[in-house]
Amino acid sequence: MKNNGYFKELFVGAKSLLVGLGVTFKAFTQPIVTVQYPREKLEITPNYRGHIELVRDPETGECPCIVCGMCARTCPCGCITVKGEKKEGEKRKSLTVFQLDFTKCSLCGLCVESCPKAAIDFSQDYNIAGFTREEFHYDLIKRLEERG
Amino acid sequence: MPEPCRPDSKPHRFFLNMGPQHPSTHGVLRVILEMDGEYVVDPQPVLGYGHRMHEKMAECRPWPQFLPNTGRMDYAAALPYNHGYVALIERLAGIEVPLRAEYIRVITSELNRIASHLLWFGALLLDLGAFTPILYSFDDREQILDILEDITGSRLTYCYFRVGGVSKDIDDKFVERTRAFIKRLRGRFPMYEKLVNGNIIFIKRVEDIGIIDADMCRRYGATGPVIRGAGVPYDIRKSEPYSVYPEFDFEIPVGSKGDSMDRFLVRFQEMEQSLRIIEQALDKLPEGPFMAKVPKKLKLPAGDANFSVEAARGELAYYLISDGSDVPYRLKIRVPSYSNLSLLPEMCRGMLLSDLVAAMGSLDLVIPEIDR
Amino acid sequence: METAVSHELVRMVIAAVLVIAFVFLNAMIMGYLERKISAHIQRRPGLMEVGPHGILQLLIDGLKLIGKQLIVPKDADKPLFRLAPLLSFTPVVLPLIVIPFGPKLQVRDLDIGLVFILAVSSLNVMAILIAGWSSNNKYSLFGAMRSVAQNISYEIPMLLSLLAVVMITNTFSMQGIIAAQNKIWFFIVQPVAFLIYLTASFAETNRAPFDLPEAESELTAGYHTEYSGMGFSLFMLAEYANMFVVCSIATVLFLGGWRGIPLPLGDYGPAIWFFLKVYGLMLFMIWVRWTYPRTRFDQLMNFCWKYMIPFALVNLLVTAVVVKLI
Repeated sequence: MKNNGYFKELFVGAKSLLVGLGVTFKAFTQPIVTVQYPREKLEITPNYRGHIELVRDPETGECPCIVCGMCARTCPCGCITVKGEKKEGEKRKSLTVFQLDFTKCSLCGLCVESCPKAAIDFSQDYNIAGFTREEFHYDLIKRLEERG
Repeated sequence: MPEPCRPDSKPHRFFLNMGPQHPSTHGVLRVILEMDGEYVVDPQPVLGYGHRMHEKMAECRPWPQFLPNTGRMDYAAALPYNHGYVALIERLAGIEVPLRAEYIRVITSELNRIASHLLWFGALLLDLGAFTPILYSFDDREQILDILEDITGSRLTYCYFRVGGVSKDIDDKFVERTRAFIKRLRGRFPMYEKLVNGNIIFIKRVEDIGIIDADMCRRYGATGPVIRGAGVPYDIRKSEPYSVYPEFDFEIPVGSKGDSMDRFLVRFQEMEQSLRIIEQALDKLPEGPFMAKVPKKLKLPAGDANFSVEAARGELAYYLISDGSDVPYRLKIRVPSYSNLSLLPEMCRGMLLSDLVAAMGSLDLVIPEIDR
Repeated sequence: METAVSHELVRMVIAAVLVIAFVFLNAMIMGYLERKISAHIQRRPGLMEVGPHGILQLLIDGLKLIGKQLIVPKDADKPLFRLAPLLSFTPVVLPLIVIPFGPKLQVRDLDIGLVFILAVSSLNVMAILIAGWSSNNKYSLFGAMRSVAQNISYEIPMLLSLLAVVMITNTFSMQGIIAAQNKIWFFIVQPVAFLIYLTASFAETNRAPFDLPEAESELTAGYHTEYSGMGFSLFMLAEYANMFVVCSIATVLFLGGWRGIPLPLGDYGPAIWFFLKVYGLMLFMIWVRWTYPRTRFDQLMNFCWKYMIPFALVNLLVTAVVVKLI
């Protein structure tokens, strides 16, 4: 080490350390930026893509699903099960089973894009936790009925 | 005393197993260190703890269904991965992408790059033992995630780009928030410089540590900030321009020595350059459709194509061979972290354990990307 | 005669109980302050759940740690492994006996008070070495080795800086040193010694930026990697008590001890001043910890041998000359 650098390094170093202390002290006096989660909640964006949900047609109030099975076929993870049956006297199939296995879902949104009738949409549900896998096997028809 | 594990090793050497669970391997990387006291004689990375068969999965499903996988390799900067894959399909199928979509892709990718660099910034400082900077940089990163969440619908593993465009158009709110963020981050840089860049302890920890010269980068195929830190201005955005990058005016920061400090400064300046790109793109943002007309059932013609993008950690290349069906015959993904990690044994030979941690942090490794 | 002995015995027992109680109280206060201050530096609220502003959190944490199983690794040296936490706890209790909290609030004013403290507190290194060795874990051993090397080297500048003060006061007695500061506090007379002492005390207490023995990102948790429950918490108690000891030495030697503007609280006024000064220094240590990265081991040693020891020696020499001339 050069002799002239000896004291210079000491003083430059000490100054840089004091500057650092200044930065943290300034931050100490500033208000906090985090949110106390369970007590305060941030507004979640309406564009949030949660798991999928069956929706009703705003005009008829019925779910417009035609059981084409596009969503189940597009899904990369194979997490959607759709079944329907043709009742007597009706033109199109009606939906009997629409299940989502959320344990497999990768939230890509390809199913929503593929749906020709806009019968599925993303939910805003992000507080998802459970004790068993079965809790994440959603019966979307039941959830649609519960929402009224 | 146990017998030495290798017949040729001297008796006072021993093995230290760092990882797969270790605070500074940032994921499930395992490094077997042959140690001589606190000096590392021979570090050997062990990979594959996070292997998920992404390349095999691509061979087993129609090509659009691979899209969500791309965001899950490098979770810290998922959008360039989306970008590479959709651009590859577009090149193979000959799809023209609307200009607005390309602009949106560039803006969001660059935002994602900044988010990734902020994450790395905090993580490197965490490796060096400073706990506070990561929380400051996360404060900024959180703003980016909020902006991107509003437009893409997710916060980390984006699946936003589609073949022919993007899945959702950006609105005035997005433009406004992004501009506000640019202003905010520019205001925060001096604080970071005061807290970290000038700090004598930090400088002493990263200067002249882990020197990688340009020749070594070429031998191992290292790209991104690692090769730029060695003084080679190799950036896919300039050297092999894709999307609308040629329309923007930005510089490629390079280092001189190739030590950890250079890599640190290159990434630090890259954030500013990304801000410049975003600013220009927001100014020039054209009107028009955000999605090209893509046939519902797109069959790829037989043949092969490759596409490289500049991900946050270096050159990301996709190579796809199609046999004419809707399932790719083979998809090869060249990830930057894998080549960058391969520098580790040569770079860290003879280092102190503490320096190994600092040098590894300056490579900015994302382990799930290496393992795929 | 007999009553005098028994009086003294009762006094010592009470003092011992109080001192040990104080060690626990100090760890609780410091644990709370550390977490709260680090939180605010990082712009988050920190402890908020147990009690108002999380004030009871450390009590609950203590109960949890007491209730936890003490896991002894299979290949550990079991007697030593169990001994180490106790051994680290004892030497930090002893110095509190001679620390003068007030003019009368002191367990014992030994003539060799300062020597006693320094002698006893360097025993701590043994405990760390034993803990690291007996864990039979390479990371623990690394931490222990670093700690020993660091504590021993930094004791030299620390002692040299304290000697400069002793040269002025001509006494090792803590009360004597405070008495010598009735006109001027010694950090004005001995600024270099004060700075050297402060820096060395960071290394002595293994606090950041010199927290190499427990460097989290390198050695997971250093010498106490394998400890759980009360074994771990005894190390924590010892760390905070150690901080208290080094800060109170700094207060006594450089900041005038219990001296201050008289408060209308009788004998407790000086004690309040003493605690204010000590906790002020400890807050400074916390503030430093949450600002800087960690140094490297050879840099730490370089700094000690290239800067601290020469400066301390020159300072000592100048002091000796000045004292002789005056």
